[in-house]
Amino acid sequence: MAKLLEHNDKGIYCEVADVYIDPWKAVKKAFITHAHADHARPGSSEYVCVDASKNIIKHRLSTQNVSSIPFGETLSVNGVKFSFHPAGHIIGSAQIRVEYKGEVWVVSGDYKTEKDHLSGEFAPLKCNTFITECTFGLPVFNWRPQAEIFSDINEWWAKNYADKKISFVSAYSLGKAQRVISGLDASIGKIYCHAAVENINEIVRDSGFNIQKTFRLDPDVPRKELEGAMIVAPPGFMNSNFISKLKNVDLASASGWMNLRGARRRRSVDRGFVLSDHADWTGLLDTINATEAEKILVTHGYVNVFSKYLQEQGYDASILETEYEGDEVELESTADESV
Amino acid sequence: MKAFSKLFQKIEQTTSTNAKVKALVEFFEEAPDPDKIWAIALFTHRRPKRTVSTTFLRLWAAELANIPDWLFENSYHIVGDLAETIALVLPVNKVSVDKPLAQWITEIAALKNEPEEVKKEYIIEAWNALDKNQRFLFNKLITGGFRVGISQRLITKALSKYLEVDDSKIAHRLMGDWSPFDISFQDLMVSEDFKDNISRPYPFYLAYSVEKELEDLHPVEEWSAEWKWDGIRGQFIYRENEVFIWSRGEELVTDRFPELHTIPNGLEYDFVIDGEILAFYEGQPMNFQHLQKRIGRKSVGKKLIKDVPVVFMVYDLIEYKGEDIRQLPLKERRSLLNQLVKESNSENLILSEQVEFTEWSELRALIEEARARKTEGFMLKNLHSPYRDGRKKGDWWKWKVDPFTIDAVMIYAQRGHGRRANLFTDFTFALWDGDRLVTFAKAYSGLTDVEFQELSRFVRKNTIERFGPVHSVKADLVFELAFEGIQESKRHKSGIALRFPRILRWRKDKKASEANTLADIKTLLD
Repeated sequence: MAKLLEHNDKGIYCEVADVYIDPWKAVKKAFITHAHADHARPGSSEYVCVDASKNIIKHRLSTQNVSSIPFGETLSVNGVKFSFHPAGHIIGSAQIRVEYKGEVWVVSGDYKTEKDHLSGEFAPLKCNTFITECTFGLPVFNWRPQAEIFSDINEWWAKNYADKKISFVSAYSLGKAQRVISGLDASIGKIYCHAAVENINEIVRDSGFNIQKTFRLDPDVPRKELEGAMIVAPPGFMNSNFISKLKNVDLASASGWMNLRGARRRRSVDRGFVLSDHADWTGLLDTINATEAEKILVTHGYVNVFSKYLQEQGYDASILETEYEGDEVELESTADESV
Repeated sequence: MKAFSKLFQKIEQTTSTNAKVKALVEFFEEAPDPDKIWAIALFTHRRPKRTVSTTFLRLWAAELANIPDWLFENSYHIVGDLAETIALVLPVNKVSVDKPLAQWITEIAALKNEPEEVKKEYIIEAWNALDKNQRFLFNKLITGGFRVGISQRLITKALSKYLEVDDSKIAHRLMGDWSPFDISFQDLMVSEDFKDNISRPYPFYLAYSVEKELEDLHPVEEWSAEWKWDGIRGQFIYRENEVFIWSRGEELVTDRFPELHTIPNGLEYDFVIDGEILAFYEGQPMNFQHLQKRIGRKSVGKKLIKDVPVVFMVYDLIEYKGEDIRQLPLKERRSLLNQLVKESNSENLILSEQVEFTEWSELRALIEEARARKTEGFMLKNLHSPYRDGRKKGDWWKWKVDPFTIDAVMIYAQRGHGRRANLFTDFTFALWDGDRLVTFAKAYSGLTDVEFQELSRFVRKNTIERFGPVHSVKADLVFELAFEGIQESKRHKSGIALRFPRILRWRKDKKASEANTLADIKTLLD
């Protein structure tokens, strides 16, 4: 009998249901874990996602052919039961559980085990086969609690405010940006967001999420007004004319990669805040253990190293190759926006 | 070490030079003298000898972190820094002791002849007593290499501010062969009498490349031109009948060039001269490749000295009869130098002649001969200028001939390490030989981060085969490579070896079929 989920040149495929999960090529029916570009790609005829992700996917893929169901609810397609469960990665991110004739597979998408206020609370799902990401699947990645990181960020902002400097945090527009904003102490100063971030903020607010007040960064804003303020913008904006012409700005980046001095130096930022939307080493291992899965398929990240380690620990683990890696490392240079 | 750790954090958390200087000054104001001098030593790359092998450190760290050795090694490869990898994998530690920096260093040095178990016990106890940041620094004290964006210039600036002493004086005191094990902060930096160290070199004056029109250097009579010799920059010291030879990298290389020891040749006074150590045979400079054979060896055999004899091509005099004469104008220093060279009359001391010219156009014509004369171009120096320290604009300029260039096809790619572990940064290039592509050069640098990212995406999508870390890539992209020299080589399939190849630019306008051929490049062979 064919496997419940198979990997082919278009993505992860369920033949019985004729459904793809996060396909990288156009297909008939695509179930999407979350709206980042390396998981939600345009061109398919029909998209299915969780309610919280619907508006974002419509916006990002410029399509109306998106249907959604709430977390935990089951959708049957030709006898295969699909359901979405919080992945804790970004707003509306989900693990997809697939059940057929008593066999359960879970596609994790990207996930984070520490709870935040926006991304839903991740919980491991019992399954037979677990397809897990491993972006930070090395023992050098262990996160400090986010409360400590936010207190570092606010302390840094407050100091810059006192020095009449502008604080700039680079964060990807969907997910990281909103998480950073939610941790900022708005009593310090005004929060400005780059248009790409503010567009997402609006959609997310319309979907019922509570994101605190932010201001759209107008290129014509008097520079004097920015003194002491916080700017949240995507990483690319750091090299823009707007930023490089500012004299009194302190640059920071918020990302799991900031755990490495090398990555921090390469971005040439003043501060690197280790704030990741992915599970760290311990989070990955604990999750895998908790799923009680007989088979582990690893994808997205240090797949060779991580699968070898799992094998040594006694798991039946192997690599699920995807189009955009095939390599152990994929960092901010790829389409993954979620670092 | 908490104060040092705090200093380190501050320096890491800013890209502003002023903020770094401020952090250093604050550290100097608070730290005890032994910690001060050790901090200076570490930031100027004078680390104590390693007393614990890194092999052991890796094993013990993996053991304490409860991970297999191979996983530690893989992590190290991604992180690119051993001290950092260890600090990152060890279990989180909330308590942290505060012992002075100098004490840690002394304790680590004392491990030298201890058996492995003692070393292990000490290291693990230290790891367990320190937080992540201090652990990282502790590891660095053992492994060395404090590359933290603190240049010699920056530390000089901070000390000058802290001690309220002119920075050229500070720069001079930081030169040469000293160790905090033998000298105190006061003696090194503060005491008036510091002649005791007779091997101490002066800071080299370094030139920038000419950036404007030559005509902007006027009046033309105030400028001298010398050929830019293609050897290694050196400082030759003769004091109290002893010879010391320093390379520009502040390495003492006296023993590698025994034929230069005869240069004083009976001169009865102390002097320090600045020049080029040059492979020189029958009145002609030899290609740099020959000199490389001599640089690579600590001890030199008779045959090597015979095959690759060296001379000191001297161009400046900075200490004369025991006096620091750096403030004299170049013209006067050169005239004393002429005299010194004559008096020495050593066949291994050759004066770098000043080229006669009255118009810049004459030099423009003459520089065409640079390669034939085995030089790299011209050095232009203002005749009224003092001998400055470090890289200062204005009085000395280097004017190099354009490099050779060739268009080549990229066919292999490999990931970078550390800072660039996620990108493909090491490339192998090929030229056409009939309808075959033959590899001839590797190059690493020359592209922007954005280009490296674009290129990495190309490599990921166009990998044909993998050989361990090396990817063979579809022969599609053309790059213009620059290089300084070419010679025949039996070791390479192509039959040639290049000197200092680097990527000049990505020729997106060219197809692979339009790249150069092996025959094209061979026409450049001497």
